[in-house]
Amino acid sequence: MTETTVAPPKPVVVEEGKPQKGWAGQNVPRKEDKRLLQGEGVFFDDIKRHEMGYVHFVRSPYAHARIKSVDVSKALELDGVYGTLTGDEVAILTDPFFELSVKPGADMKDYALAVGKVRFVGEPVAAVVAATRDLARDAAQLVEVDYEPLQPLVDARVAQSGGAPVLHEEAGSNVVWDGTFDWGDWEAAAAEADHVVKIKELHFDRFSSTPLECSGCLVEYNRGTGQWTMYCNHQMPGVGAIWMAPAMRVGIDKLRFVTQDIGGGFGNKICLHPYFVACCLLARKLNRAVQWTEWRTDQHTANAHGNERWFQDIEVAVKADGTLLGFKVKALDDCGAFPRYEPLGCIIWAQVTPGCYRWRHIRVGFTQVVTNKSPVSPNRGYSRMQHLWLTERIIDVVAHELGLDPVQVRKKNYVKHEEFPYETPNGCVYDSGDYARCLDIALDLVDYKKIEEKRVDAEARGKLFGIGIGSTLDSGTNNFGQSMILNPELQFSGNNEVATVKLDIFGEIVVTLGTVPQGQSHETTSAQVVSDILGCSPADVTVRAGHDTYWNSHAGFSGTYASQFAVTGLGAVKGATDMLAGEMKQLAAVVLGCAPDDIELADGTARMKANPEAALPFMALGAILNANNAGLPEDLNITLNCRYVYRPPFEKPDLERKYGNLTLTYATQIHACVVEVDPDTGVYEIVDYAAVDDCGKRIHPQIVEGQVHGATAQAIGAATHETFPYDEDGNLLTPNFYDYHVPHALDMPPMKTGYIESESPFTSLGAKGMGEGGGAGIHAVCAALQDALSSRGRPIVTDSCNPYHRVWSLLQDPAASRAGVEVVSR
Amino acid sequence: MAATAPVGGKTVTVRVNGTTYEREVEARRLLIHFLRDDLDLTGSHVGCDTGNCGACSVLYDGTLVKSCMLLAVQADGASIETVEGLAEGDELNDLQQAFGAHHALQCGYCTPGMLMSATALLREKPHPTEDEIRKGIQGNICRCTGYVNIVEAIKSVGA
Ligand code: FES
Ligand code: FES
Repeated sequence: MTETTVAPPKPVVVEEGKPQKGWAGQNVPRKEDKRLLQGEGVFFDDIKRHEMGYVHFVRSPYAHARIKSVDVSKALELDGVYGTLTGDEVAILTDPFFELSVKPGADMKDYALAVGKVRFVGEPVAAVVAATRDLARDAAQLVEVDYEPLQPLVDARVAQSGGAPVLHEEAGSNVVWDGTFDWGDWEAAAAEADHVVKIKELHFDRFSSTPLECSGCLVEYNRGTGQWTMYCNHQMPGVGAIWMAPAMRVGIDKLRFVTQDIGGGFGNKICLHPYFVACCLLARKLNRAVQWTEWRTDQHTANAHGNERWFQDIEVAVKADGTLLGFKVKALDDCGAFPRYEPLGCIIWAQVTPGCYRWRHIRVGFTQVVTNKSPVSPNRGYSRMQHLWLTERIIDVVAHELGLDPVQVRKKNYVKHEEFPYETPNGCVYDSGDYARCLDIALDLVDYKKIEEKRVDAEARGKLFGIGIGSTLDSGTNNFGQSMILNPELQFSGNNEVATVKLDIFGEIVVTLGTVPQGQSHETTSAQVVSDILGCSPADVTVRAGHDTYWNSHAGFSGTYASQFAVTGLGAVKGATDMLAGEMKQLAAVVLGCAPDDIELADGTARMKANPEAALPFMALGAILNANNAGLPEDLNITLNCRYVYRPPFEKPDLERKYGNLTLTYATQIHACVVEVDPDTGVYEIVDYAAVDDCGKRIHPQIVEGQVHGATAQAIGAATHETFPYDEDGNLLTPNFYDYHVPHALDMPPMKTGYIESESPFTSLGAKGMGEGGGAGIHAVCAALQDALSSRGRPIVTDSCNPYHRVWSLLQDPAASRAGVEVVSR
Repeated sequence: MAATAPVGGKTVTVRVNGTTYEREVEARRLLIHFLRDDLDLTGSHVGCDTGNCGACSVLYDGTLVKSCMLLAVQADGASIETVEGLAEGDELNDLQQAFGAHHALQCGYCTPGMLMSATALLREKPHPTEDEIRKGIQGNICRCTGYVNIVEAIKSVGA
C-alpha cells in the first residue's frame, strides 16, 4: 500500500523531453494520440487495394430454419459482381471449427456460413463480392434462399424441456456443458446458519459493449506462397488462427493478421473467425483482395453479445450477526446459437468465486445452453461480471431481508487487508487489496455521512432516494489451465506474452509487442518501462503500433484481453529491456575497457559509473555492433535485439476438485451510486457517483483513470438501458444505436474517482491488470434502485438491466418481484 | 433487376479543407463514403447505419452535419471541413492538444467526429458551460471514455 487519496488531484502531464528515471507512474503524453487526433490513424477500413471487391453477407431472416436451397445465379448476373460463396461450398472446402467443450457441446458443428440450417437471425448464409459496397448489397438481395421455418428457442430456461426444439441435432441436446462446483461444505453451513435466505431467480441481461468501430477485414491471398494476409481488427489473432487454420486445412503459418488502430474491442472482436474464413475463401476463389466491413445493424444482430445468465434456486447461509457462511446456486448460461469461445465462460467466473467475501462454503451447478439468438463472446468483465453481480445482489437482498445495513454486511464479510494473499475456497490467490478502505473512500466521495439529510431533502421534493454499493474484482492474467476443468483433453495451461526490444544502428530503440491494442495505450506505457531501464526518455522509444503476425514476435496466448497487459505485456517488455540493458553494458565495457558492472545507463548513454565523462551514446553502441564490429571479442555473444517471453508462475489446477490458482492478480473496484426515482413514472437519475480503483502500481495514472471512466460508463449503460431483448420469434428488438441506447454525454452522471495502490507481490512492476472492473456500476445501480424503492412495498431488483419501465413495474407490483424471496430462520 | 439498378452518376465539385475536388459519383453515394473512399480522406469514420453515432461528423459550409446522412451530390458546391483540416501542418490546434493533454481519447475512433462537433460548438460559443458542452457533443457516441475527459478538454479550450 503506497498511497491514498480521497479526491485525487487532476493528473498533471509531465514534460517528455528530458531523460530521467521514474517515467513509470507519471502521466507522459500518449504516443498514440498525435496520429489519432489528425485523422491519421489506420483502421482496417481505411486500407484499400487495387480492384478490391466488397463483401456483403446474405443473412438469415429466421431464427431457426432449414435451408432448402440457395440460388446465387441472379446475383452473379449483375454487372460488377465478382463472385459468391455459399454454405455448400464452405462445407466442402473447410472442416467445422474445433469446439472447446466436451460432449454434448463438442458435437455441435460450426462453419463459416450456415450449412443446412440457420440458427439465429442474421446468421450468414451466403456471401457476395462486388465492385462497390452498394453493389454488393444490391446483389445480396438477388440471392434466393428457400427456408423451411422451424420453431425457435429463445428462452434458455426451457432449453432442456421435452418439447424444446433442438438446435444442433448432432449433439442431441441444447446443453453445451454442465458441471458442479462444490467447495467447503454447504450442508454444514446451512445447518450452522441462523437464517437461510432463498431467492428463486435472478437474471443477468444480454448486452454488449458495442465498440464504435464494427468488425471487418481486408484479405489478400498470395497464390505463390499460399498465404493470406488479413488487415483487420481481430483482438486475439493467436486464438483466431488456432480456430481458422485447421478448419481451412492449412498450417497456421499461412495466416497473417495485421492490425494497427482498432476502434475498441472489449472482447467483441475475439470471435471473428467465421467471417474471416469466408473472406479468405473468397479471396482465394476470386484471386482478388476482398474487403468486409460489418454494418452496425449486423454487429448488433449477429456479431457477439455478452452472456445472458439466469441464477436459480439461490440459498444463502447467514449468521444472526450478518456473517455470511456460504451460498448455493444453479447458474444457467445462454450462449446463443454456437458455443465458440463460450464454454470457457463456464469456468472463468470461478476466478472470483467468493467475490470480495470470506464465505467458504459455495456450491454452483453450472449449465450452458444454446438458443436461437446471436452467439456471444467475451465482453468486458467476461463471465466474472455476471457472477459478481450475483454475489453483490446476494449481499443486498440478504441485508434487505434481514434488516441489516448493506455497508456493515460488506465490511463484516470482506476479505480483510491483513489476510492477503488470501486463498479462496477454490484455491485462487487474491494477491493484495483493502476493500474496506476502498469502500470508505467511495462513501466519502458521495458524502455518505450526510446521506440521511439528502434522503429527507429528496423525499421533500417527491423523489425516492437510494444509495447502492458495487464491489467488484477485476481478475487478470489467466491461467489457461482452467480450460482443462472444462475439458481435460484441452492442452492449454499457464499464460505468456512476448516483447522484443532492440537498439538499432543509429541508436533507435524499437519495441514490438505480441499484444493487439484497441485503445489501451500500450505504446505509451511500454515506452515508460523501457525508458526507465535504459535511462532515456519515452520520446526516444519507438513502439510499433498494432500487431503483425509476420513481424511482431508473439506466443500462444498473445493478445489483448482479460486485464493482463500491465502484467504480461509490460512484464515481457521489462524482461526484454533488462536483457538489452545487460548487452549494452557488456558492449560498452568492451569498448571502454572495464567490467559490465562498472557501466550505468543514463542520459541516453552507457557510461562508467566512476567516470561519467567516459560515455558512449546509444548511437555509438548501435553502430558498433551493427556496422563497425571488426575486432570485437569472439565471445561477445550479443545481438542488441532481445526477445523475452513473460510466463507467470502457474500450476495446472486439480481437475477433480476444480481447484487451483486461476489468475495472477486481482484489481479492486468499489463503486457507490446515489439515485433519485420519480415514484409515478419510474424515471430515475443518478445524482452522485463514485468509483474507487485499486490496481496496484499505476504505470500511467491518467490512463488508469480513463479506463475507470470508460468501464463505468459501459456499466451504467448496461444497468440502465442497454439490453438485447428478443421477441418470441427470435427477432432482436434493439438491432442498432437507434433502439439500443448507449450513454451519450448528457446521460452520464457526474463521476468522482479515487484510488489506492496495493502493489501486487506477484508481478514484476507491482502492477495489476485492470480495465474490466466497471461491472461494479451494474451492481451499484441495482442496489441503489432497490434501496430507493424499499419504502414502496420492498421490491427486489432481480434483473441486471433496469430501464425506467422495469422500475415502474417494480413500483406497480412489488410483490411480484418478492414472490421468490423467502427467509427461513432457526 | 431494374428495381435495384442504381440511378446514374453525376459530377460534383466539392471543396474539402481548402482543396477543390471534382468527381463523378453515383447518385446514391453517401457523403461519408465519398470522403473516405473516393477522396481517401479516411479520418472521418463510420460507426453506425442509422445516423446515431456521430463518428462521421464534418462541417458543411460551417454547419455541423453527419456525413452519413447526406448524399455526395448534396455536397456539390459546398465547402466541407474534416478532421484532416484541423492541424496547421504538423502543429495540432488548441482543441487537438487539449484532447491529448486531458486523455480525451482512447481508441480514437470517435475522436474525429468529436473534434468536429467541438469545433462547431466553440465557434458558436467560445466559452461554453459544461451543460452546453454536453449538449454540443450529444450526437457523438464514445464507447471508451465515458465523456469525462472529453468534456474537460473542451472546457479547457473554452476557458
Ligand atoms: S456513421 Fe454517421 S452517425 Fe454514425
Ligand atoms: S475513444 Fe474509443 S470510441 Fe471514443
